[in-house]
Amino acid sequence: MSVLLFTIIVLLGAFLAGLLGSLTGLGGGVVIIPLLTLVLGVDLHYAIGASIISVIATSSGSAAAYVKEGITNIRIGMFLEIATTISAIFGAVITIYINPSYIAVIFGIILLFSAAMMIRKKVDRSDNDTSGKLAVWLKLNGTYPTADGVKKYAVHNVIGGFMMMFVAGIISGLLGIGSGALKVIAMDNIMRIPFKVSTTTSNFMMGVTAAASAVVYFHRGQIDPGIAMPVTIGVLVGSTLGAKILIRSKPEKLKIVFAVVVTFLALNMIYNGLSGRI
Amino acid sequence: MKSQRKHFLADKDIQVILGTLLRVGVISSMAVVFLGGVVYLLTSHSNLVDYAEFNPGKSGMSSMLAVYEGVLHMDGAAIIQFGTLLLIFTPVARVVFSIFSFLIERDYLYVVIGLLVLVVILISLSNKLVG
Repeated sequence: MSVLLFTIIVLLGAFLAGLLGSLTGLGGGVVIIPLLTLVLGVDLHYAIGASIISVIATSSGSAAAYVKEGITNIRIGMFLEIATTISAIFGAVITIYINPSYIAVIFGIILLFSAAMMIRKKVDRSDNDTSGKLAVWLKLNGTYPTADGVKKYAVHNVIGGFMMMFVAGIISGLLGIGSGALKVIAMDNIMRIPFKVSTTTSNFMMGVTAAASAVVYFHRGQIDPGIAMPVTIGVLVGSTLGAKILIRSKPEKLKIVFAVVVTFLALNMIYNGLSGRI
Repeated sequence: MKSQRKHFLADKDIQVILGTLLRVGVISSMAVVFLGGVVYLLTSHSNLVDYAEFNPGKSGMSSMLAVYEGVLHMDGAAIIQFGTLLLIFTPVARVVFSIFSFLIERDYLYVVIGLLVLVVILISLSNKLVG
């Protein structure tokens, strides 16, 4: 395949990945890695390197908007980044020692899990019970703007959330994805932060987390300009367009369709991993 | 009450600057990647791609020095890689800015937390981690 044709295919694929990823809240990396490896036969290590760069671009781009609106809790983000950066570097360091087949299988499992998380019914368990001593000491309890004015919320189980972020960071560094689904578990279910705050704060953290592992990938030669260029541009343009569409409509049906596609991709990754083709 | 409002305003200002910093970082790095992409396609559009096997030394673009030297020669791949590095350093710049803003707020606990995150990232810059 010529460089020109490869660039065009990847650009279109990355655009679609970014668009669907932002419409469904799943992120672009989960589709771009199967596209590169299963469809275009790119080595998994290159796919991971390109994907992590697109994670930085999309998360920084949308964080810019959320931070200005005052929804993001910067303190929660900074505090949890201690966990995610350390573990992301760890993940990026060990990824080269693990058989790519195993990585493909782990990737497939995380994909299945993310698809399930995407369509499940969310229950907001946030409250304003500020009895957590650690949350008070770290000044994590905050406020966010809603339609009925500024609302207060309290943060729970800080240690549990911090531990879960270690897992999210390792997965992020190992697979080159934002691992938003795991971050959301840590924040929604363990720390019981309101959705709006947890999604924007998780997004805010993703940039730094991805940057930490991206530097390791860079030095290892996993970030190839010929792949990173169309992937980053495509995903960023797609996700920016997706965010604009999201303001006008809530695509619930699309989520189900996308969950089916993602499940199919996940099973493919697992099958190819188990049969040693990746 | 008055001091509280003042504090809120300061927080708001910091959020706006932070948002702008991230946006400028993403837009400028993407512009560089795009420019590099155009040069890259003009010079090597008809070459054949070969990404089937991971080869650490293949792109020759895995050190900041190599990227810098390539950019001086207007090499497309090096310009893309330079834009990629700008993008990687955008969230890092955000951490540095946050540390200063917490310093202005005299929130020393978060100055320390920010410095911790920064130290972790600086450790990742060591190319001995590659293995």
